[in-house]
Amino acid sequence: MAVTGAVLVLFLIGHMLGNLKIFLGADSFNGYAEWLRTAGEPALPGRTMLTITEIVLVVAVVLHMWSAVSLARRAARARPVKYAARRRSQASGYATHVMRYGGIVIALFVVWHLLDMTLGVVNPEGHAATPYDRMVAGFAPSRWWVTAFYVIALVMVGLHLRHGVWSAFQTLGLARGRSHRPLRALAGVVALVLVVGFLAAPVAVMIGVIK
Amino acid sequence: MNLTLKIWRQDGPEDRGRMVTYQVEDVSPDMSFLEMLDVLNERLTLAGEEPVAFDHDCREGICGMCGMVINGVAHGEQRATTTCQLHMRHFKDGDTVTIEPWRAAPFPVIKDLVVDRSAFDRIIQAGGFISVPAGSAPDAHSIPVPKNAADAAFDAATCIGCGACVAACPNGSASLFTAAKITHLGLLPQGQPERASRAKAMVEQMDAEGFGGCTNTGECTAVCPKGIPLDAIAQMNADYLKASPTS
Repeated sequence: MAVTGAVLVLFLIGHMLGNLKIFLGADSFNGYAEWLRTAGEPALPGRTMLTITEIVLVVAVVLHMWSAVSLARRAARARPVKYAARRRSQASGYATHVMRYGGIVIALFVVWHLLDMTLGVVNPEGHAATPYDRMVAGFAPSRWWVTAFYVIALVMVGLHLRHGVWSAFQTLGLARGRSHRPLRALAGVVALVLVVGFLAAPVAVMIGVIK
Repeated sequence: MNLTLKIWRQDGPEDRGRMVTYQVEDVSPDMSFLEMLDVLNERLTLAGEEPVAFDHDCREGICGMCGMVINGVAHGEQRATTTCQLHMRHFKDGDTVTIEPWRAAPFPVIKDLVVDRSAFDRIIQAGGFISVPAGSAPDAHSIPVPKNAADAAFDAATCIGCGACVAACPNGSASLFTAAKITHLGLLPQGQPERASRAKAMVEQMDAEGFGGCTNTGECTAVCPKGIPLDAIAQMNADYLKASPTS
């Protein structure tokens, strides 16, 4: 859970920084998208780096889901008889509470996101357009419901990271003694920065800052 | 005050069990929760019925014997309190109180509210000790212990092994209990030689008993009568990761 989650968080940080290039203009953003495909050339054939990244991400996602399912199954086996009284949370952690449902929402979101921005299937501009045009068309004011879905999904990502990042520090044995509180705060900062960073572009397109 | 109790009754390990409703009258707010159950049991005994079985011993909050899930919360909603130290002044006249045993596959119900916590003993047997030559006690201060290590080890050592952490954990994990023991011994100089192998043996025993995995929900530390902090689990994970896979 922790190791695969760490891989995905590192990816998210890179992904967010790439997205923010849209504020530098169409050429910068499209050039960056092109670089992702040609990085390492001519020493490596085209798409080598991108394909390696894709394989690592797919493996990380699959192992992350497998860990989550096996933890849930172990939990079900460990408590065959449920409590009659509704178990009330004493730890007051909404982020913790939504980890499993949130994970499913995020998985569905990733499917939509790939269809929208990578494959262009559900994007008005389609696959042939430049990444910049796809982004601007995808979050056009008339498609506000798409932007709304992105906002909901990203808030879920934020909650997932709020608990997940801290939980990874804990699982890897780092959040002990004096580093416990700072690492817990760091998880909150990482979650907040990623959510704000990712929401900046869709919201900017929707309100017309980026055309 | 008068209360309605819904109590889990189970005749033995093989019985399916059921919730039974009882009325108790004239409960004093100064009674402890267990004394309130004593009142109920005296009445049941006089009526020729089987009293409700529950574990208890010191009734001072230090032995770890008592424990029941009260209205869905292990040891009740009062923080850092064992069931025996929970007083009836925290309840209101006319309240309905649901009382259930710890629920976990490794804690089978023996009768009513009494569960078998031998799984904890087996986790301790797996490595919750230090191997020293027996004999006369060593000279005082022959092994210097840093003050901060002594304090942290003592905080972890306050675990009374009641099992509330398991009862409260949505995953049925025993991580807080096991972590408290590993932290207690691992922070002291005497615990160093076996530190990694201890963590590995105890964690493996915990898994073998059928406890769930830790997802760091923090429910355990919230109900722990001794307030064992969650970073004990980070300490356990750190020690476990240091153990070589073959040791």
